[in-house]
Formats: sequence, structure tokens, C-alpha cells
Amino acid sequence: MNPDLAFLVEVLVGGLLSGVMYALVAIGFVLIYKTSGVLNFAQGAMLLFAALTFVSLTERGVPFAGAFAATLGVMALLGLAIERAVLRPLVNQPPITLFMATLGVAYVIEGAAQLAWGTQVHGLDLGIDDTPIDIAGILVSRFDLFAAAVAGLMVAVLSLFFRYTRTGLAFRAVADDPLAALNTGLRLPRIWAAVWIASGIVALVAGLLWGARLGVQFSLSLVVLKALPVLVLGGFDSILGAIVAGLIVGAVEKLSEVYLGPVIGSGIEGWIAYVAALGFLLLKPSGLFGLRSVERV
Amino acid sequence: MPSPKPRLRAALATGAALFVLAGAARADEQHFPLQSYRVGPYAAGGTGFFGGFIDYLNLINTRDGGVNGVKLTWSEGETQYEVERGVEVYERLKSRPGIAAWNPLSVGIAYAMIDRITKDKVPLITINHGRTDSTDGRVFPYVFPLLLNPYSETSGIVEYLGSREGGLDKLKGKTIAVLYHGSPYGKETIPIYELLAKKHGFTVEQIEVPHPGNEQQSQWLTIRRLKPDYVVLRGWGVMNPVALKTAQKTGFPANRIVGNVWSNSEEDVIPAGEAAKGYVAITTQASGAEYPVLKDIIKTVYDGNAGNLADKKRIGSVYHNLGIVNGILNVEAVRAAQAKFGQRTLTGDEVRWGFEHLRLDEARVAALGAKGLFHSIAVTCANHEGDGRVTFQQWDGAKWSVVSDWIAPDWATLRPIIEASSATYAKEHGITPRNCAAEEAATHAAATP
Repeated sequence: MNPDLAFLVEVLVGGLLSGVMYALVAIGFVLIYKTSGVLNFAQGAMLLFAALTFVSLTERGVPFAGAFAATLGVMALLGLAIERAVLRPLVNQPPITLFMATLGVAYVIEGAAQLAWGTQVHGLDLGIDDTPIDIAGILVSRFDLFAAAVAGLMVAVLSLFFRYTRTGLAFRAVADDPLAALNTGLRLPRIWAAVWIASGIVALVAGLLWGARLGVQFSLSLVVLKALPVLVLGGFDSILGAIVAGLIVGAVEKLSEVYLGPVIGSGIEGWIAYVAALGFLLLKPSGLFGLRSVERV
Repeated sequence: MPSPKPRLRAALATGAALFVLAGAARADEQHFPLQSYRVGPYAAGGTGFFGGFIDYLNLINTRDGGVNGVKLTWSEGETQYEVERGVEVYERLKSRPGIAAWNPLSVGIAYAMIDRITKDKVPLITINHGRTDSTDGRVFPYVFPLLLNPYSETSGIVEYLGSREGGLDKLKGKTIAVLYHGSPYGKETIPIYELLAKKHGFTVEQIEVPHPGNEQQSQWLTIRRLKPDYVVLRGWGVMNPVALKTAQKTGFPANRIVGNVWSNSEEDVIPAGEAAKGYVAITTQASGAEYPVLKDIIKTVYDGNAGNLADKKRIGSVYHNLGIVNGILNVEAVRAAQAKFGQRTLTGDEVRWGFEHLRLDEARVAALGAKGLFHSIAVTCANHEGDGRVTFQQWDGAKWSVVSDWIAPDWATLRPIIEASSATYAKEHGITPRNCAAEEAATHAAATP
């Protein structure tokens, strides 16, 4: 293959695989937003808390499976506690109030994580070799391929869950019209609690993959910044949108940095995704796959 | 039953006595206010550095009874590495009596304090970091970037790469990529790498990583295409392990990556796991606990349950040892100042004089139990960095090992640039540079009977 073309493909593949990692974080946001209309800013802190809990348990000699199960339990409890102690008392409050509440929750979780597990950084080895695979002169990361497979699996499971299970259908009903769902006998508090637990579990999966990539440390909570343009682009309420937008954002970032960077200055990938998302917002405010909100007046 | 009046008199007398005693106690204390960061994103570095600093102050108090009988005290204010909090802590603690020096270990906080400490006449210590031009003590009388400023660090790294190639002349025709943090800190050395590249005939490619640096795929693919001989990592925080991991993903060998002074700790390599094996980084102080001063700290402070680190496994880590070296330099500056001004609580301005006369040669460093921990320092009125030497350490997956001699940066090349920058600062701020020769002459004249 022509070296320049091979390089372009390598940058593109790297970008797409990075985008999958962004989508993993974005899915956690989508789950909550889809069912309760809350933009959960604490998702990054939940991700940090999950990874820190898991790695701290393994470092104390708990086997991988045991640590995973225990962290799963902790995250389920955390999700439940947030819903019960913060969101439920604020039900029917304006969205900005709920958003500010999750902002506060983020700080509380970050502080609690350091209080409980200390401030040290940790390495996290999931047992996946991160040496690159050479495919026709193009290097592809094994770890990123694994992460992409996990993300794909998660999307498939969540899609099946929403489409075919009773609870999943209830989630969709609540998302479509909470009052109508209430009238049909659905118990909203129970559904919201379930979705917060699911969000905690998604945070655990994303936390482990991001933790293995960055190390488990405080800055793990900053990966939410990578998810925000993905949400704008894909729509806040679409899991498929999160994946597609993640791929687009990853590719735009990497291609821009490599090919536009030398022209307009390097370091542009920190903001170029936001430019793309803002531009898209002007054209389609609900995002690629987001539901258009129509109100009868 | 005694009448109320004698009781009142007794109470007043006791109060007065206590007040005098308290005053006397304060007179024998030298205070170090600490703008520490024990929580937040950079807590791992903060707990290590401030832990080491406090451990050394504790050692001096417990083992020696203070500096010539003057007890060392400290108080902490949490900054979370945020500039506004750092300034708030400064304003809150600056009225404490007997402040010797400020040691924030934060570029941002240090920059915000320069005007304040200059007005308040108290030294600001920015060991291994801070404004490069504050090396010129004629313009920055109260700021001390001890041991290493960013320009010296750059030169030290180039000197080391030259030594790996068999001489600086062998760098001609080589390519060095510099991967820098997208911040004023990261960008500060861009012109110096350009200057040294021109001087030694190598090509330099400088690539920015946006803050915080948790995604570097495109930068390392660019590096892969450039095929440099070495990559210099000028990172901070999460950027460092991500760089090492992404280097592995793109097939760049770790032993050809050289980290700067803020990419050289255990916290930078442990999260990278296997990818960090073979990685090399610059340092002004060796890690490990085999030095006599470390052994003293373990025996005197930690065995007495007074150690500052919660996890004893971190004793001798990079940040802990940096804190200990910082402690040595602060304490020896106080000692130098006491030799001139008397064995009592000193003012900040007197301690500044002590820092400007901080001369620790290899023999004195050995006497302090720090032979091999750091090399030497010789601070003067004009040179607030003090000609510190650097060495290089390599990570083997579990610990750092020193892999070079102590290297002297090319100060002669750097000094004119520093003076040009400090002259600009002086002009902008209406500062008349000090006449160091005249000040020294006056000091000698006063000391001569």
C-alpha cells in the first residue's frame, strides 16, 4: 500500500477505535437522560469510583472475578443511593436544578473515592496484551480492538434489553411520556432506580477500560469531557447515536490533528470535536439520532 | 477563702507569665507555611513532596533539637493545586510569625505569588520549576528556582542524549521529537530546544498534547512517521503514562523516550505498567532509601510513628526524596542565615540572605547524609538556581536506577537568554537590578573587624 495512504488509514483506524472509547462513556449519560431527562454530570466521577474500587480490591488480594462482582454491587448501591437521596427529592424540578445536583454529586463522589481509597495512582492490568498487531503495515492496538468489542457487546445487550425485556420496555415508555407511563401503572421510582443501577454498571465497564488505558487516577473523571461532543452529535437519548457519534468524533479529532495540525498549529484535537459538535448543533439540534421534541401549544 | 482581688492579681500575673513564655517560645521558632495539595488530581505528588519536606523538618527537630536550638514549625493549607486556593492560603498564613520561606511546588501558584512575596520580603522556593528568568537574583531577589530551571533541564537532557550517542557532536543529523504538555509550562522550553538544535546540528520536532493528555494517538502516529531517534517527554500528570502506553501501541521503544523533571516519578510510570519498562527520565535527586539521611528519617521519625507518609512503601520515592532535598536546602539556608544574623528566629529577608549564601559542596552534602541523593548547590546573589547537577534514571518495572553520571547543563549558553528575559521583566515592572558585587562587598566590609 502507498505509505501515505497506509498512514491515512492508520490514523483513521486509530481515531475510530478512540471514538469507541468515548462512546463507552457517552452511553452512561444516554441511559440516564433517556429515562429521566437528567444530564448526569457525575458519570465521570462514577467511572473513577468504579475503577478505583476495583483496583483497590485487587491490590488487597481479592481475585479478579470477586473484585468485579463486589464493585458491581458497590456501583449498584451507589446508583441507587444517588437516585434515592438526590434525584427523587428533586423530582419535577427544572432540568437545570437536576443538572446542578449531579454536578454536586460528582464532587462528593470524587472526594469520597479519595477518602476511601487514597490518592495514589494505580496501574490496572486487565490481562490484555497492548502490543500492536501489524495488518499490511498498519499497526492496530489489540487493547483498542478489545475495547471496541466490549462496546459493541454492550450496545447489543442494551438494545436487546430495551427492545425485548419488560423492564426495557418500561424504560422506553417512561422516556416517551412519564405521565402516560405512570397512568398505565408503571412505578416510576422503581424504574429510575433501575436505570441508575444500570448506569453504575456501565460506569464500571468504562472505568475498567479507561483505567487500563490511563491508569487509575483522579483524572479518570475528566474523560467525560470527551463524551460531551459525542452526546451533542449523536443525541442525548440514543445509544446507537452515541456509538456512531463516538466514531465520528474520534476520526475527526485524529485526522484534524495529523493533517490540519501542521497548518493551523498542533494541539487542536482538544477543541476540534467541540467545533464539529457545535456546527452540527446548528444544523440538527437534536443530534444525529436524538428524538426531536415536539410540543403542542 | 481568698478575696477576689488577690485572685485577680494572681490570674493576671499567671496570664502575663504565660504571655511572656509564649512570646519566648515563638522567638525560638522558624515557621514554614505549606500550600500543600493532598486531595485532588495531583494529590499523589503533593503527599509525597510535602511528606518528605515535613519528614526532614521533623528529623531536624527530633534529632538535633531544631536548627541551633531554633525549632522548625509548619502549617498546611490545602490548595488542590489550584492557583486561587494557593493565593488564599498565602493571604491566610502570611501573618504567622517567623516565616522562613514559601514552597508551593506549583508553577501557577508560584507565578501568582511573585509580586506578593517581593512586597512582603519573604523567599519563594520553586525547586526544579518556576520562572526560568527568576534565576537572575538581581531582578528577582526573593525567588529561588533551586537546583534546576526549565532551560537547564532542557540543556541537561540534550547533554545526556549527546553522551548516549558518544558526544554532543554525534547529535548532528539526529532527530529529536519533543512531546510537550499544551500549557505555558509545556511551551516554555520550545525556543531552547530550537536554540540547542541549531547549536548541535540536530533536527527538533515539537508536538503539543492538549491538556490533560489522556488521548495521544495522533501525536504518536505523527512520531511514528517522523521516525525520530529520541522522544523527549515534557509531560504532567496523566499525560505521562498515556504517552508511554501509546508509544508501545505505535511501536516506539521506551528506552528511547526521555522524560523531563515532571515526568520522572513512580506515579508517571506505574499506571503504564509494562509499557514503561526501560523508560529514562531526568532528575536532580536519586530515589531510594539507602542514603544515611533517609535511614535517619526512618529510624527517628517513622519508627517514632511521626512519619508524614501514610504508606511507608513510598519512603524514598521520587517525590518524597524531592521533598527531603527541599527540606535540606531550606534548613541549610536558615543555618547560613543564622551564622550571620544570630541563632534566633529570622525574618524572611534574613533567610533570603541565607539562600543567597547556600553553598553545599559534595563534602557538605555527604556530611548531611545525602551523598548520592543530590550533587551540590552554590547559590549566589545573581544565580538563584545554584548550578545544580542532573542525573538520569531508568525504570525497570519496579524501581528507578541511576544510569548516568551527574551532568552539568550548558549554563554559559543559557545565561544570556535568562538575563535578556529578566531585563525585559525589570523594564516592564520598573525594577532596577541589584548590584550584587556591591552588596557582597558591603557584606564583607561589615563582617571585617
